[in-house]
Amino acid sequence: MESASLAQRAVLPPVSPRRRRTDRMVRALLWLATGVAIVPLVLVIFYILSKGIGALSVEFFTTDPTGDFLGAKGGVKSAILGTIEIVGFAALLAVPLGVGVALYLTEYGRKGRLAQAVRFFVDVMTGVPSIVFGLFIYLTLVLAGTGGSSFAGWKGSAALALLMLPVVTRSAEVVLNLVPDSLREAALALGAPRWKVIVRVVLPSAASGIVTGSLLAVARAAGETAPLLFTATIVKATTFDLNQPMNSLPAQIFQDLKQPNDELVQRAWGAAVTLVAMILIVTLIAKLIQRRSRAMGVR
Amino acid sequence: MEAGTQAAPGGGRSLDRSPLARLPDRVVRIGLTAISAAILLLLAYFFVKLALEARPVFEKFGVLNFVFENNWDVSKGIYGALPLLVGTLITSALALTIGVPVAVAVALFLTELCPRRARGSLTVLVDMLAAVPSVVYGLWAFYFLIPKLKPVEQWFADTFHFVPFVATENVAGPNYFIAGLILAIMILPIVSAISREVLSTVPADQKEASLALGATRWEMIRTSMLPYARRGIVGGSMLGLGRAIGETIAVTIVIGDNPILGHSIFDQGYTLAAVIANEFSEAASDPLHKAALIGAGLVLFVLTLLVNSVARLLVIRSERQGSKPIAMGV
Repeated sequence: MESASLAQRAVLPPVSPRRRRTDRMVRALLWLATGVAIVPLVLVIFYILSKGIGALSVEFFTTDPTGDFLGAKGGVKSAILGTIEIVGFAALLAVPLGVGVALYLTEYGRKGRLAQAVRFFVDVMTGVPSIVFGLFIYLTLVLAGTGGSSFAGWKGSAALALLMLPVVTRSAEVVLNLVPDSLREAALALGAPRWKVIVRVVLPSAASGIVTGSLLAVARAAGETAPLLFTATIVKATTFDLNQPMNSLPAQIFQDLKQPNDELVQRAWGAAVTLVAMILIVTLIAKLIQRRSRAMGVR
Repeated sequence: MEAGTQAAPGGGRSLDRSPLARLPDRVVRIGLTAISAAILLLLAYFFVKLALEARPVFEKFGVLNFVFENNWDVSKGIYGALPLLVGTLITSALALTIGVPVAVAVALFLTELCPRRARGSLTVLVDMLAAVPSVVYGLWAFYFLIPKLKPVEQWFADTFHFVPFVATENVAGPNYFIAGLILAIMILPIVSAISREVLSTVPADQKEASLALGATRWEMIRTSMLPYARRGIVGGSMLGLGRAIGETIAVTIVIGDNPILGHSIFDQGYTLAAVIANEFSEAASDPLHKAALIGAGLVLFVLTLLVNSVARLLVIRSERQGSKPIAMGV
């Protein structure tokens, strides 16, 4: 015992008080910073709950905004349905395309020149501000009156799809790369054609990862406001026609937010609670799928 | 001639498929390649379309004058985007100054200090910051942050008036600083997630070696983790910067909508993205105004393109150094 500590002291001189103090201070700082990082989340959640819960009622979910400044203000039914429709259709566009590009990258392009270029520009797309995508769709689809409409829900979906595409592609590429090559080779050796290997072996092994990535892309797109402002715009009535202007929760919040009317601001808080809850549910489902597939040993 | 020599159906070439059977394979390969190539074409078209639509304003004022002229006056039809560009740069710089140190500290805490049991839930909490939509951050900042912080900002502006760009007579409610703060909160989860990934690639023997040499935990972090992870952290911060530059709605709500260059970070201002979101509906009838907004969008696009390319390059290089791929931008 004695000799061991003596030997230790001979090798390592004790840490000086100054060094020990610095070490302690930095540790405290790291603790503090983590606390500071969590604070805004707690504040935001607490604040929207305390302000928004009061706005929630049956009418809130079952009536459209009326637009009356004096009478009843109405709820956010059209915004909730609009968000689901727009984001749903965007997913319908972006997920097959995104997975297709990812399949090209992992199964065919690999390290080829075209594949590298596609990879680089998909990354570039991740960085493009959402409002610029909105501008682009406005210029190409809205102004041109494609489909016989100016502003329309599906054009909002197109803008969101541009936003989701790189997220879907990159996350799908990561999981597709995790599918062991031995599986592919085994299937090929059994005489399966390439496309059958993809459909029957590669995609099923990567399915849960692809679903997770797509759901996270959906969660991100659902909160976007900027690209919807000049593609789907802000309207009052509920519509199931994707070729009509369509309301959405973020756009509704944006519109109500600075109104000089407490009831409208109240509605914005209620809509915020609804939107955050929807996004959290999608995110949680994604994480659950991810965790379960990890527990099964595949990622 | 009967059975044996005639291309033996049961012989060596039994694996050959008829051209018809090979068709789906070809269709899938060509189809997927075409989709991928279409993405490149789409982006090229995207850029050209924006440039074409912005041409009227570039022709009238010249590209350089449009970008660097300090005068954005819609009523007079004069469009010089400098106040917007500078607003974007100020708010993003503030976001980085506030957000990156906190994000790196969080990443260090989670990889090095955090008790194992708390690590998972803390990570989820930090990641959840990214799940709150930007319009909700804006709503919260407008009704909570602005009134609560105003006295603090005024005190800061008065006490540290000698620091450049701080002094101001009356702190405005919505201002550059509030926008920067909101952006800092929004980029925190990305920067922290990438830093965490990069820090976790530091080889364990390197860390253990420095501990064995008698380094304290902090000295170990400083001498063997941070230098190793530096490039990745810088890359992650640049990705955060890209996000901050392009962020629209939250900033639009708290920036103050004033297209005149402020003298202090506590003055009202404007950013490229916010001006597009705010002025778009009124610009629909005025071709020059519309072109100016599209020009602003183009400047924004080019700016984020530059920042992101540098960021990717840095993160990829630091990824090569380690062995693990780093998930970016998800």
